[in-house]
Amino acid sequence: MKSLKIPLFNSGRSPSRSYIKARTLLDHVNKGEVVVLMKGITKKFPGVIANYRIDFDLKCGEVHALLGENGAGKTTLVSILYGVHQPDEGEIYVYGKKVRFKSPKDAIAMGIGMVHQYPKLIDSLTVAENIALGLRQASVINPLPKVEELIKEYSEKYGLKVNPKAKVWQLSAGEKQRVEILRVLMYGAKILILDEPTTSLSPLEREDLFEAIKNLAQEGASIIFITHKLNEVMKVSDRITVLRRGRKIGTIPTSEADPHLLIKMMLGEEKVPQMISEWSLSRMRKHCEDPGNNIALEVEDLYVLGDRGELAVQGVSFIVRRGEIFGIAGIAGNGQRELVEAIVGLRRALKGRIRLMGVDVTNRGSRTIAEMGVAYIPEDRVRYGLVLDLSVADNLILRNYRRNPFSGRIMLNRSYISHWCEELVKKYEIKTPSINVRVRCLSGGNMQRVVLARELSQSPRLIVAFHPTMGLDVAATEQVRKLLLAEKERGAAILLVSEDLDEVMELSDRIGVMYDGRLMGVMKNEEVDVKRISLLMMGVRESEVDKDKARKGV
Amino acid sequence: MTSSLIIELGHLLNISIKAGTPLLLASLGEVYAERSGVLNLGLEGIMLIGAATGFIVAYSTGCPELGVLAAIVAGAIIGLLHAFVCISLQANQVVAGLALVMVGTGLSSLMARDYVGIALKRALRPVKIPGLSRIPIIGEGFFHHDILVYASYFITLILWFIMYKTKYGIWIRAVGEDPSAADAMGVNVYLVRYICTTFGGAMAGLAGAHISLAYTPMWVEGITVGRGWIALALVIFAMWDPLRAMIGAYLFGTTEVLQYWLQMPLQAMGIDPSLLGTFPYVATIIVLLVGSFERIRKRIGAPASLGKPYVRGF
Repeated sequence: MKSLKIPLFNSGRSPSRSYIKARTLLDHVNKGEVVVLMKGITKKFPGVIANYRIDFDLKCGEVHALLGENGAGKTTLVSILYGVHQPDEGEIYVYGKKVRFKSPKDAIAMGIGMVHQYPKLIDSLTVAENIALGLRQASVINPLPKVEELIKEYSEKYGLKVNPKAKVWQLSAGEKQRVEILRVLMYGAKILILDEPTTSLSPLEREDLFEAIKNLAQEGASIIFITHKLNEVMKVSDRITVLRRGRKIGTIPTSEADPHLLIKMMLGEEKVPQMISEWSLSRMRKHCEDPGNNIALEVEDLYVLGDRGELAVQGVSFIVRRGEIFGIAGIAGNGQRELVEAIVGLRRALKGRIRLMGVDVTNRGSRTIAEMGVAYIPEDRVRYGLVLDLSVADNLILRNYRRNPFSGRIMLNRSYISHWCEELVKKYEIKTPSINVRVRCLSGGNMQRVVLARELSQSPRLIVAFHPTMGLDVAATEQVRKLLLAEKERGAAILLVSEDLDEVMELSDRIGVMYDGRLMGVMKNEEVDVKRISLLMMGVRESEVDKDKARKGV
Repeated sequence: MTSSLIIELGHLLNISIKAGTPLLLASLGEVYAERSGVLNLGLEGIMLIGAATGFIVAYSTGCPELGVLAAIVAGAIIGLLHAFVCISLQANQVVAGLALVMVGTGLSSLMARDYVGIALKRALRPVKIPGLSRIPIIGEGFFHHDILVYASYFITLILWFIMYKTKYGIWIRAVGEDPSAADAMGVNVYLVRYICTTFGGAMAGLAGAHISLAYTPMWVEGITVGRGWIALALVIFAMWDPLRAMIGAYLFGTTEVLQYWLQMPLQAMGIDPSLLGTFPYVATIIVLLVGSFERIRKRIGAPASLGKPYVRGF
């Protein structure tokens, strides 16, 4: 660090100057030198210690993974580095200089860039317009041609392909991610923070992203990679720092790490759970053999319009039997949402039939459908699954407050309700101070438990689960999956729609892949291979997949 | 063709454009305000205040150009007030806008109560553009107007250029679509919204001035007769695009003019011509009806954050 010749930064200077400074400054930094050093970082929020005396360092040209469960303090730590939060204790050095960031602006001026989990892009604008938005070099009049050129230049340099003229809403999740990374780079960042960047990517897109990340590191960028997925860490990182409950457990080079060790570090020795895959596989086998003939849900030649009036679902047909999990894989935005909403009655079907237990319920309205025994675990639990400002108890009775023990002719039967809700809280292990707390105050995992408790306590005949584990930590994810499997054993039919391919493959008896509003192919779990699914997810037709295989002599 | 028909058509085009100009000016301003995410339902009120202010100043100074300036300033002040209420105080934009209509209606009557029925001695007179005005139909239609009409041609083009070809245009659209994303990119959401809303008010003031200083250069109470509401519908009709606003404004202008044009033939057919007076308003209601379906709104590109106050953080 002492070899660095660092010009002093004047905080009063405009950020655009600092960008240039940060850039020229970087030419002095050699690979392997420490660019970020965080020492003894402590951050307390009311009631929680988010970070406790954490030391962290990032070297130039490395990919440093931050691994930990939700709530382990990863996001807090990088938020401090990015200037969103200020640490209560501890010091931060960037390029050897002690810094105190008041806001992200200060961090950006030092060449630190954040790639958010859900890209903050404006859908109705083009890629170039989105990037021009905060690009200081963009001229006032007619800025786009130049920006587009600049984008091409950067995307070639780093191997991040995007079409600058495309509107953002037309892009896939992977492309959006690339735009976000390009933008951060173009704004002058050399230290990149990637916050769970693979959340919504298909497996192939994930590989592309990893390739790009390695490329970036090669080009001299330094990258902090936040994730809770072990395989990603093993694939892409040079070093791994594991956090657990706000404390640092350790930092190890990836070459010395193995998944078992990392799991132990993440979860703690005492409670390494029985891993879901073994548990579920044995159960699944048992059930696969006899799916029975009872068809719970039958979708026939369904057409549904999307929000923009486009045909989002085009001629989809499938059945889900009782005691079966039917998984639909696919990249977000290929019609899954519209399909699910049509099935649960939240969106009109244009054409086609939806039958529940043999009864035609096409366009019959959500309440009718729900009362026929359909449980719905929505994609966005915060917006569609819960009323955040109602209490846990009120959220739990949303499905049955009209019915007899819960209410009389006019009044709600509060004593019965609280008794019933206490039971559910216990049964579904919802961690809440009381059933009268507003749901807003719960963590993401517990919010999802509330949704599950409400929906599954109805003993549903069909469960429509849409991204049921999105954003949950390992423990909550495992609980959700176990609950779904238990429901399946009870005899419920389950339609599982998820972007997480591993999840779909682990849980489902049969799997369909959705692409561009069509069901690309349905296969039994035993016949599945990842490559084939990935190609289907990217829109390569079944016949072409086979051709592809034939060509390669598989 | 008979030359009289050509003259007739030229004349029809001329007054259609004249009638469409206040609609155009007001809706151009509203396009900017709404693109930045602020709905201003108070156009009618601001136009009235602009019309009254412009008339009083023009009458007492004898200089209509000064009246135009005064109307712009008055409109801008009301626009700024709306901005303060909606952006800084985060009030409900619909309620604030409706309040503005009432304030505008009352205030304009009060301000100009001594002028009722008085005609302006020196109004904004039409000027022929040499050469261009001699083109048949088009010449009479487009190039025989007062300066505000000519100004509106240029303003439309400039506003279109700013919206789609400059960085500021990107800022405005971004702020109206997704203010938090724009904020994250360092765009000053509040400033952009303040400027656009104030500008929208100034344009509504200017539109009012065109009515009281050029179109019908005399003072009567409620002189705008609902044109502010028509302009609001026009913004939807135009899908928030300045050029389309121009086309729409002239179409609406034509419906307004047609009632005089078709009076005789209709009377001959035994239909009450006053029915025609409802033309522009019926058209407005249809546009508003169609435009208020959420699905259609999304498809025609309504700014996603229109009407939603932006609060930083959460």
